[in-house]
Amino acid sequence: MNFDFSDEQKQMRDEARKFLSEQCPPKAVRTVLDGKAAYDRDLWRGLAEMGFLGVAIPEQFGGAGAGHLELCVIAEEMGRALAPVPFSSTVYLAAEALMLAGSDAQKQKWLPKIAAGEAIGTLALFEGKGNPSPKAIKLTAAGAALNGTKKPVPDGAIADFAVVAARTGSTGRDADISLFLVDLKGSGVEVKELTNLDPTRGQAELTFTNAKAEPLGATGEGWGIITQVLDRAAVLLAFEQVGGADRALEMGRDYALDRIAFGRPIGSFQAVKHILADMYVSATLARSNCYYGAWALSTNAAELPEAAAAARISATQAFQHCAKNNIQVHGGMGFTWEFDCHMYYRRANATALGLGSVSYWEDALIDRMRKKNAAA
Amino acid sequence: MNFDDTPQEAAFRAEARAWIAANAPKQYEEELRKSSLGRVQLKNANILEVAKAWQKKKADAGWACLHWPKEYGGRGASPIERVIWQQEEGPFGRLSAMFIIGHGMCGPTMMAFAREEHKRHYLPPLASGEKIWCQLFSEPAGGSDVAGLRTRAERKGDEWIINGQKIWTSGAHYSDYGILLTRTDPTVPKHKGLTMFFLDMKSPGVEVRPIKQASGQSDFNEVYFTDVRIPDHQRLGEVNDGWNVSLTTLMNERMSIGAGVSTGFPELFEFCNSLMLEDGPAIEDRSVRSRLANYAVKASGLKYTSMRAISALSKGERPGPENSIGKLVAGSMIQEVAMYALDLQGAAGVLSGTDAELAGKFQAMLLRAPGTRVEGGTDEIMRNIIAERVLGLPGDIRVDKDVPFNQIPTKGRA
Amino acid sequence: MNFDDTPEEAAFRAEARKWVEANAPKEYEAELSRSSLGRIRLEKAEIVDVGKAWQKKKAEAGWACLHWPKEYGGRGASPIEKVIWQQEEGIYGKLTQPFQIGEGMCGPTVMAYGSEEHKRRYLPKLASGEEIWCQLFSEPAGGSDVAGLRTRAEKQGDNWIINGQKIWTSGAHYSDYGLLITRTDPNVPKHKGLTMFFLDMKSKGVEVRPIKQANSMQEFNEVYFTDVVIPDSQRLGAVGDGWNVSLTTLMNERMSIGARLATGFPEMFEFCSNLMTEDGLAIDDPAVRSKLASWAVKTSGLKYTSYRAISSLSKGERPGPENSIGKLVAGTMLQDIATYAMDLEGAAGALTGASEEVASGQFQQMLLTSPSMRIAGGTDEILRNIIAERVLGLPGDIRVDKDVPFNKIPTKGR
Repeated sequence: MNFDFSDEQKQMRDEARKFLSEQCPPKAVRTVLDGKAAYDRDLWRGLAEMGFLGVAIPEQFGGAGAGHLELCVIAEEMGRALAPVPFSSTVYLAAEALMLAGSDAQKQKWLPKIAAGEAIGTLALFEGKGNPSPKAIKLTAAGAALNGTKKPVPDGAIADFAVVAARTGSTGRDADISLFLVDLKGSGVEVKELTNLDPTRGQAELTFTNAKAEPLGATGEGWGIITQVLDRAAVLLAFEQVGGADRALEMGRDYALDRIAFGRPIGSFQAVKHILADMYVSATLARSNCYYGAWALSTNAAELPEAAAAARISATQAFQHCAKNNIQVHGGMGFTWEFDCHMYYRRANATALGLGSVSYWEDALIDRMRKKNAAA
Repeated sequence: MNFDDTPQEAAFRAEARAWIAANAPKQYEEELRKSSLGRVQLKNANILEVAKAWQKKKADAGWACLHWPKEYGGRGASPIERVIWQQEEGPFGRLSAMFIIGHGMCGPTMMAFAREEHKRHYLPPLASGEKIWCQLFSEPAGGSDVAGLRTRAERKGDEWIINGQKIWTSGAHYSDYGILLTRTDPTVPKHKGLTMFFLDMKSPGVEVRPIKQASGQSDFNEVYFTDVRIPDHQRLGEVNDGWNVSLTTLMNERMSIGAGVSTGFPELFEFCNSLMLEDGPAIEDRSVRSRLANYAVKASGLKYTSMRAISALSKGERPGPENSIGKLVAGSMIQEVAMYALDLQGAAGVLSGTDAELAGKFQAMLLRAPGTRVEGGTDEIMRNIIAERVLGLPGDIRVDKDVPFNQIPTKGRA
Repeated sequence: MNFDDTPEEAAFRAEARKWVEANAPKEYEAELSRSSLGRIRLEKAEIVDVGKAWQKKKAEAGWACLHWPKEYGGRGASPIEKVIWQQEEGIYGKLTQPFQIGEGMCGPTVMAYGSEEHKRRYLPKLASGEEIWCQLFSEPAGGSDVAGLRTRAEKQGDNWIINGQKIWTSGAHYSDYGLLITRTDPNVPKHKGLTMFFLDMKSKGVEVRPIKQANSMQEFNEVYFTDVVIPDSQRLGAVGDGWNVSLTTLMNERMSIGARLATGFPEMFEFCSNLMTEDGLAIDDPAVRSKLASWAVKTSGLKYTSYRAISSLSKGERPGPENSIGKLVAGTMLQDIATYAMDLEGAAGALTGASEEVASGQFQQMLLTSPSMRIAGGTDEILRNIIAERVLGLPGDIRVDKDVPFNKIPTKGR
């Protein structure tokens, strides 16, 4: 058994960490947080140059052709650094959808641009409150024209293209849903930026009025593709969350070692020590679940749906738990804008929702375990 | 990243599997598989006899204490081979419950500190299960604070005279030998006046009394020592160096207890899968699903954490500190799982034994669970260990460190 | 056991109700009832201005600081009358936010330690809201460890010269006076070298800088002191006795913060009652119900705990220690509720704009503000210590700094 990343993959992690610590210090994250930029363009370009944007994209489409384990490694580092770039929307959602369902021409058109940092993509799925569900999709496609509204769309305000879920039937079944590719710079697309918990990652409302679109995958197969994309993205985002959780734990640990109260480091008080030990426990459980998700993702295993849900739940809980208790360990200073703790708290709570809520994934996990059990 | 065996590992696994298929006591398989925390019992056989027979059979074929050197009854196997063996042994591994302390703690301590002749004499029958060992550390006055113990050993010629009391000794009533930590000098600070011995449990002056637990069962004992004599050659390590010797033992305790940690999740999942509520199967209820999902990710998190450790072993590396979370997570989880399973049964949840659902499995789990959160290091001690050894936080302020042992207060309030 | 007023209480309540009915600023009623944790703001008016007008009106009719003696601007009312007033004032009580520190902490301290002349000069205007007071205790180096403060006061003739920095001062930017604790002797153990003063916040050398919080609001300040002169007549208590003086203040802080505690439950219940999900109303979902029920009983537990305290007051007794659980329970609960409310909204839960549907924004603001509830006025950890030590009578933490001269205490952990 080798349930670990390889030495080459670990080396890549070290490179990514070094690159991000230089190119994406907290100061860079704050530039986007404070609204001075929609995202960090220099960092985005740098990530492309390092080959990180296309790490899982095949060489024939301009990528590095490495694989999804490598992408997991990069994702963790992106999460640690709170990278303020449209990585998850472009790479986990748009590129994965293209690789799963795109025609050769569609792949040829967009994947090389993604790898080169020249195109930002996203998935336009949600239409207001609620979780992923075919019933919730009202946006219609008549021929190649889309009409309807999507929100929230991650990075929708800066994206060049979107994979849009649309209703093409009214039988009440999953087959009513199809996917479309839309060039967001084209006519019939109205973009409105929305404020959200984590300003370092944008959200938008996209309104389509007879917007020109081309089908992605076969008509009626949209929901199946979305389910697969969400599972794949769940594993990748879980690595970001684990990276964030680990960093929040380290920040709390460092502060507990440095900060003196009552004449001794606060980390020598059991009340504080036990908070940190519990953070370590949740981060460790999440990491182990993520490794299993990474294995399932990289091998396209039949276990992926279950592994993805477990990684998603576990990593979401760990990041939320570590981020909130990092503030607690910091005390009042942790609640200032000046300290970085709140950036992790914001990111933890925003990423908890991006692919559907924890409740949704809890339900999905047990459903999937039950089906597997019944099949056995 | 993969779950595949290397060719050598695969060959070893095939050999182990074939041997088990041919030799295991299959008549007990079903019963062993169904037993869970707090209830390893057989209906029509004495578990101790069945276990001893299985262990002896394993030892004769070279499958006992695999990682020990051959001359001491082992196989000289690698750590990963030992893990593979455990995976293959499966439910039959539950028969080793009474040997775990001897193999996991007493044996390694003997191996590190006993004379060569003692090792050759005592270790092979320990490995083969012919002789059972217990560990005599905890005392009424020293639980988490092991070094607070008061059992006295006084030198008289070539012998030591032991007086005092131990508590929480698993299996003392069927053990042949024990390793014993004593206080040999009460006038120095507490960690500095301890000495370790091993002794014959049949020595005159040793009295074993079972403790009835909150669960109604008796897995543990009190052991009283009245003028018990131990020859000096049965001393392990230097006089007054017993604390360092005990660290070897305790380190192994935390490793071995964490290995086969049970969480209660598989039982709960199966229960919810078959339980019918008024509105349909329990597993279709959203609130049940939400709970199950939370337990599921903890259980899988523990499983994959131990797989990461196994991977490290497979590569010949030392596993990281991650495994230290096992008992902490599983202990409170099993308690919650049991409470929730009872809650799902409504008022009938109070019934126990054969009057209850699944023959009282969850009720037994509930009553045993508090013990899991205490034995082998309380939850609080485990959190301290994680905070200090893994995260590098400072130790607690210690008021007893440099104080002579006989000047440390023994009562919290007058 | 009953919830009825005594005849005197009923008469007092009727009078209060009538007066509130005739005089309250009804134009803000809707806005005030909508505001929740972290969002007490009025759209078209400054809360401090509206608050001052309301407070003045109350003071003139004898409804301000009810439990204070009449000569200092109060009404000489009993504790239970104060509670009845709060119940009747209802949501307009939210307007008293800028005066709470003055009324709850600074006033009682001046009352206990000020000269008669000072009391007559300052307390009536504090009560009527004409002058606002703040409390200058916390420092960057001393949060939970208040006595670790470093702001120096040095005697020069009849004056004291102040240099240093305070932090987390609520309302310093609109305050007229402040209660200031300083270090007057760094050569003695830390609790013994402190002295308390009050000062005019417009004094030369006082600089107030707002702190931007994690939730992007600014409610607190840093206050810098550079050679600020305070006459010795403004000293409260003896030189070196500031710690004892501060205990009067802090005791009152924890009481007053506990008084109007937001739990988030009423908002959450309403939200779930109205939220349509794919499968129907959220409140019909068993998983949602299970969560709501847990929060409901915590909320009612807190409510009835405070009723028990009110009952003691009504009987002229001192309330027991039960009320100390309030902030500890409510802080975590707010955070959990906010997280779950957003979870129910799915991906849209991350949106914060005012243009979102009714509840949107409310829980997001609650989430961002809730961490401060678990820190301000005593962290969760300090509150647990207080409960363990003062209520349950457990011994205090080992203190390594107790008898050490202040300037010998380490200032960095590594």
